[in-house]
Amino acid sequence: MADYAAPLAADDSTPLQHRHLLDLSAYSREEILHILDTAEEFRAVLDRPIRQVPTLQGTTVASLFFEPSTRTKLSFGLAAGRLSAETLSLSKSGSSVKKGETLKDTARNVEAMKVDVVVMRHSSPGAPHFLSRRTDSVILNAGDGAHAHPTQALLDTLTMKKHVDTFEDLDVSIIGDITHSRVARSNINALTTLGAHVTLCGPATMLPVEMEQAMDVRTTTNLGEALDGCDIAMALRIQMERQDEGLFPSIREYHMQYGITPEHLERHPDLLIMHPGPVNRGVELANEVVDHERAIILSQVTNGVALRMAVLYLLAPRREEA
Amino acid sequence: MVSDDRIKAQLMTARDLERTLDRMAQQILELVDPDAENAADQFALVGMQTRGVYLAQRLQDRIEAQENIDLPLGMLDVTMYRDDVRMRLEQPHMQETRIPFSVTDRHLVLVDDVVFTGRTGRAALDALMDLGRPASVHFLVIIDRGHRELPIATDIVGREVPTLPDEEVRVRVDEIDDADGVWLVETPADADR
Repeated sequence: MADYAAPLAADDSTPLQHRHLLDLSAYSREEILHILDTAEEFRAVLDRPIRQVPTLQGTTVASLFFEPSTRTKLSFGLAAGRLSAETLSLSKSGSSVKKGETLKDTARNVEAMKVDVVVMRHSSPGAPHFLSRRTDSVILNAGDGAHAHPTQALLDTLTMKKHVDTFEDLDVSIIGDITHSRVARSNINALTTLGAHVTLCGPATMLPVEMEQAMDVRTTTNLGEALDGCDIAMALRIQMERQDEGLFPSIREYHMQYGITPEHLERHPDLLIMHPGPVNRGVELANEVVDHERAIILSQVTNGVALRMAVLYLLAPRREEA
Repeated sequence: MVSDDRIKAQLMTARDLERTLDRMAQQILELVDPDAENAADQFALVGMQTRGVYLAQRLQDRIEAQENIDLPLGMLDVTMYRDDVRMRLEQPHMQETRIPFSVTDRHLVLVDDVVFTGRTGRAALDALMDLGRPASVHFLVIIDRGHRELPIATDIVGREVPTLPDEEVRVRVDEIDDADGVWLVETPADADR
């Protein structure tokens, strides 16, 4: 009898070691890459004539949005629908709710409704963590205050992955209001875990320099410095209402100092531009930059649906009986 | 790689597998009508991840060598269509689906290594139907080990092997394994391949 043949390589899948997606700080490089690989397969589904697969039939996904959101909510809803999951929405409008109490009640309600997955956005950092300790449902954080927005960071890295060979030594600059940005924090987590170098850039009032040591990043208040040697520039949305807080003198002044313009694109011929949206045209990015071929903002949106399908697929709870 | 499989019998040697693939290529050619002008536009091979892809590739090579017909080749991963996807302890790793041709009005030969319960075949049919409306689907497997749970039939079979439910059939291909061959094994309980 000939020798028994065995597979050359072990199955390289690395199942996620987490029940929830609350933030990315505890996710390993392998886990993040596994999510991105899975998302690429779901990305292909979105290009087919029938953009739906039966994978999560019988799974219930509830979205709990305590804070207004258009695209994240739509994107999660679409992702769940494309996987044939059942969706329900418990969006609470109004911000008068007392956080602690209401959340506890919400947890009880979620528990009673027997939903499998809860997608949650809340203005308080840690609200999803709180809920995850009080229900049996899987919690996916869709943004909690200025803390984390893990699926946004994952879809950003998925978009980058299409354009770069490796994250090792990739230079990414995040520009804007870093202090108030959960997108920035989650991206820093994902990118540094993947081996990229991150530079944070913005007005001193919006740039927490203590992050330099805490999160292993570089900071600068000079846009030119941030774009020097940079592969990908990610501009963050400026919240217009913060203008009254005196964080920057005026929108025009912000654009002059931190807005990315066609001249920047000319000076850096390989630079790619990203933005989590919605863009304030003429503020973070000049009008021509938004529509430039090196602005990959719209592919971020498509990738968002695929990425959220992957996260739902990978984290949806198993059924009890086999 | 260390394997917990306990070998019960070798079902095919590397040479046996070669001969079986030779014969199967002939059987596909009988379906295709190699003299037709546009045979390559009417037929295609679809290999099922993982080993079905390599087997389909070898069939494609043989058909090209013999009749100079370059049949299109696709690869299919049915994980998204499985009916047990949420019963498993771990989520199966998803592999690439790439069908670089329109399946609509095309005759397809679906290639897999082993047919057992028929559930994977069912999932594959659903996946193919979502991509279009094939003219027909023929199911080719190297080993039919019986124990069907669904009415899934095979069209081109390497060998029918009566097995016990707790046995496993391992088809190995040297593209991703040490060597070619087919073995009947027993695995410790709960181990999945």
